[in-house]
Amino acid sequence: MIKIENLHKSFGKLDVLKGIHTSIKEGEVVAIIGPSGSGKSTFLRCLNLLETPTKGQIWIKDKEITTKGIDISKVRENVGMVFQHFNLFPHKTVLGNIIYAPMKVKGISKADAEKQGRELLEMVGLAAKENQYPNKLSGGQKQRVAIARALAMKPEVMLFDEPTSALDPEMVKEVLAVMKSLADSGMTMAIVTHEMGFAREVADRILFLDGGNLIEDASPEEFFSTPKSQRAQDFLEKVL
Amino acid sequence: MNLDFERIMPSIPYILEGIPITLQVVGIAAVIGFVLGILLSLMKISKLKPLNWIADFYTSIFRGTPLVLQLMLIYFGSPQLFGVQIDAFEAAFLSFGLNSAAYISEVIRGGIMAVDKGQMEAAQALGVPYKSSMLNIILPQAFKNILPALMNELITLTKESAVVTIIGLGDIMRRSYIVGGETYKFFEPILIAGLIYYVMVMILTIIGKVIEGRMRRSD
Ligand SMILES: Nc1ncnc2c1ncn2[C@@H]1O[C@H](COP(=O)(O)OP(=O)(O)OP(=O)(O)O)[C@@H](O)[C@H]1O
Ligand SMILES: [Mg+2]
Repeated sequence: MIKIENLHKSFGKLDVLKGIHTSIKEGEVVAIIGPSGSGKSTFLRCLNLLETPTKGQIWIKDKEITTKGIDISKVRENVGMVFQHFNLFPHKTVLGNIIYAPMKVKGISKADAEKQGRELLEMVGLAAKENQYPNKLSGGQKQRVAIARALAMKPEVMLFDEPTSALDPEMVKEVLAVMKSLADSGMTMAIVTHEMGFAREVADRILFLDGGNLIEDASPEEFFSTPKSQRAQDFLEKVL
Repeated sequence: MNLDFERIMPSIPYILEGIPITLQVVGIAAVIGFVLGILLSLMKISKLKPLNWIADFYTSIFRGTPLVLQLMLIYFGSPQLFGVQIDAFEAAFLSFGLNSAAYISEVIRGGIMAVDKGQMEAAQALGVPYKSSMLNIILPQAFKNILPALMNELITLTKESAVVTIIGLGDIMRRSYIVGGETYKFFEPILIAGLIYYVMVMILTIIGKVIEGRMRRSD
């Protein structure tokens, strides 16, 4: 589904990603963990070209997205993203947030977009909120709307960048539950998270980043019980 | 203070006829200023440096010289500039429009910069092209924030439009001045002009408050 070869990204003199090789299979759920500043967000953002890689190649579904002259918007249609701070459009209602991109980008009719939007809201448990404005919602509700909004484009891959980090503890669960059901439905997912319990339970693989390098790529059991590298051991000691 | 409005009473309708002229100049200039202001602000935030330079240069010219000078340049210079002598009305809305575009572009640029960066990223991550993201997501939020500043610009424009007197356009100001000349009483007609400007500005202020109130509702 996704193949990444020798991915480098630098901001000016700062090398943030230093040559990452990995791949993600269809339907696989990958958790990306690592210390703050290790390049997790940057890695994720390269996958939908919110950041332009400095060097290296990325393929999504056998199509190289890092070639010159690629239609970036087309790539992004197929790769949904959920942000730490939700980034809902404050001037649009919940349903308005969800139907905007499908109508604008895919040109589907308002009626169809609304029908699909309501189904998605049902799925994330917010059917009653369709006419609310985002600022009337709790953090957990906002994030579930944001997930529905991304899914409305029918992406084949979903990226999550610390989707529960900005939430009050009591709201983390409801968002993780939605993500888990999405994983169970077979969605390909890459999740940057600090929720180690969730990573262990839901992820098929753990990618551990440190200092811009992919240090470990292992199954959750392996990673959490017998991490190979010293840095992963230190990291786990701190967070667990 | 002795005020004698009796002498100028018959001339009051003549002064009032200046209102539509002032309104037309201000209205057309506002539209030009707004549309061109948006364009300039987009040029200012563009990644293409030459576009930044052009827009910044434009702004510095119109902010760096007196409005009345710009008006005179465009009016008296029109044969050299455009190859035809334009009339005072055209010169008025052109110069005011071009001038307020410079100010409005700065206001809009600030408004765009103040919108959370995550908004553009969210739109782009959904596959929405830059142009639509700007138009449907960023600008509506920017405008909500800068509405008071835009209203202020419109009020300034309304008052400043009085300088068209100098190129002979029969607006409120010029008409009251003419009445003064004919009746040898300047104080009263100019007081009346002042009252008219004041009422217009008050109406604009109220309209602005109403629109702002409406927009607050989604907060
Ligand atoms: N746009 C940018 N310009 C300059 N430096 C950046 C930019 N984005 C990220 N960085 C730097 O790159 C490094 C990695 O950032 P990144 O956000 O990818 O880390 P992270 O692993 O997601 O950290 P966190 O857990 O704190 O979110 C940091 O040092 C950060 O300051
Ligand atoms: Mg991050």
